[in-house]
Amino acid sequence: MEYFLTEEQEMIRDLARKIAKEKVEPVAAELDETGEFPWEILNVLAESDLCGVYIPEEYGGFGGGVLEQCLVVEELSKACSGVAVSYAASGLGSFPILLFGTEEQKQKYIPSVASGKSLAAFGLTEANAGSDAGAMETTAVKDGDHYILNGTKQWITNGGEADIYTVIAVTDKTKGSRGNSAFIVEKGTPGFTFGKKENKMGIRASTTRELIFQDCRIPKENLLGREGMGFIVAMKTLDVTRPGIAAQALGIASGALEAALNYARERRQFGQPIASFQAIQHMLADMAIQIEAARALLYSTARMIDSGAKNYSKESSMCKVLASDVAMKVTVDAVQIFGGYGYMKEYPVEKMMRDAKITQIYEGTNQIQRNIIALEMIKEAARKR
Amino acid sequence: MNVIVCVKQVPDPAEAKIDKETKTIVREGVTNITNPFDMYGIEEGVRIKEKNGGKVTAVSMGPPQSEKCLREAIAMGADEAILVSDRALAGSDTLVTATALAAAIDKVGDYHLIICGREAIDGDTGQTGPGIAERLGIPHVTYVQKIREISEDKMIVERMIEDGYQVIEVKLPALITVVKDINEPRIPSLRGMMKAKKANIITMNAQDLSLDPDNLGLKGSPTQVIRQFTPEIVRKGEVLEGEPTEQAAVLVSKLLQTRVV
Repeated sequence: MEYFLTEEQEMIRDLARKIAKEKVEPVAAELDETGEFPWEILNVLAESDLCGVYIPEEYGGFGGGVLEQCLVVEELSKACSGVAVSYAASGLGSFPILLFGTEEQKQKYIPSVASGKSLAAFGLTEANAGSDAGAMETTAVKDGDHYILNGTKQWITNGGEADIYTVIAVTDKTKGSRGNSAFIVEKGTPGFTFGKKENKMGIRASTTRELIFQDCRIPKENLLGREGMGFIVAMKTLDVTRPGIAAQALGIASGALEAALNYARERRQFGQPIASFQAIQHMLADMAIQIEAARALLYSTARMIDSGAKNYSKESSMCKVLASDVAMKVTVDAVQIFGGYGYMKEYPVEKMMRDAKITQIYEGTNQIQRNIIALEMIKEAARKR
Repeated sequence: MNVIVCVKQVPDPAEAKIDKETKTIVREGVTNITNPFDMYGIEEGVRIKEKNGGKVTAVSMGPPQSEKCLREAIAMGADEAILVSDRALAGSDTLVTATALAAAIDKVGDYHLIICGREAIDGDTGQTGPGIAERLGIPHVTYVQKIREISEDKMIVERMIEDGYQVIEVKLPALITVVKDINEPRIPSLRGMMKAKKANIITMNAQDLSLDPDNLGLKGSPTQVIRQFTPEIVRKGEVLEGEPTEQAAVLVSKLLQTRVV
């Protein structure tokens, strides 16, 4: 479908596509096998200026927005979504600073993210606080000019690889979700260490680790927003970044469809290409319909955010749910079209199927997203009365 | 240190076809790309600039759409670009092309080094680079795989030969043609692409270069392409019989016989 992207957006997409084709695709299977972090590819992305596409020019970025970021994620994800999420998670870690940081904080941390010199990461989830973010146990206690952090964040994408971490911690247990605050923590701060690298089902090129804080002292200037705003910082950040997960899911789905379509045209059974069978044709058509619908919703949502809409929680959740559910379904179908070959690691679709699953789970499970969507709908309806 | 890199636009080999009737390369409706070997030339030129300062000027000869490969050179880091374009130059062979490019380079002047790709993947002659050097009266080294040292007045390079390489010292200004072992061309940056989009490409025609109108294009070219064709591939297959071990023995003896191994 023609989405009438601007010339700059097309340039960004084509550049990301070129990098995905030339630098990511050839090593995707190997990265999946070894779980090696794709620094080499991230350096190419940095040198090509793609790390800062969503960052304003005054902080060294290209001045685009969520749509530009999504275009890059989608293209990278077609080749390897483990690489794509390593790129996207830096956005997740830096958006809290872009949205809530002071001018000093932005000047200090954002330019190195924009240039790709530093990666960022976001620490919210804990062992006992997943969907129930309010059950968080990591604490930050004020001590003069510092805060002292204690606790462990779990499953943090880019953990250990990133230099800049935005972390949510409890500053006042009595206030519930209004007792959380957001902080910037630099790698190398005494008392800040990392757990072991998780061994994952998919997105294996990305690194997932615990962030461990043991009497970690950080200057009070590293508080993001005000004390008690942690939950709002997290929610507003996730509203902006969920489209990135949708883009990741969309990339996986598009990659799987392309692979399945090519395979169906080449694979011959009963004396003809399997693409000539209606059973296969209808599967391919359904895959394409779902992907295009997910893309249309994603691009519309990204444009809505970039155009300055005030509240986009609902749309952001919708595009994430749709794209990730589509990715799961489409990749399962792609494996089916490949038949036995699809189950083998020699072909790319089993990896895509494994990679797709996480998009239904992280940055808020699809069940939590549906809660958000329904609550927003009910709020809107109540307002009309 | 000022470097000139010569680039040529060629049909994308992934799409290139030969017209069965006319036996010529079909150029209509085919995506054009920068000659892959020239990409190594651009990269090397930009690396020399990044290390030693100066500027890189990309030069191409071809129809107006060749502008695209000059913009690609700018996106990768070239500072200026010149397109030699004139209907009168259509059908030029390597001799006329070298003459025209040499005239354009002479007009630019003030250069230390000219870099060309080893050959263009459409014509495969590898003659234009040396031809330019001859017209300009400067030395040239073909098939350079590495620049060991470079200063304002001389350079030491490795020239790839069949079983190894030669180390050659050459006075500057000089021309080199490069092979793909020399570097890995960078992917252009967004900022480079923005710059390339806005860049002014200087266009020169035969008159600007004071070229002799009687010696241009097809009629000024001593080389004439009589016919182009896709050779018929005649493959004779042989199926080996017997147990795998017997088959392996037969295969090895056949490979030895045919001197494949």
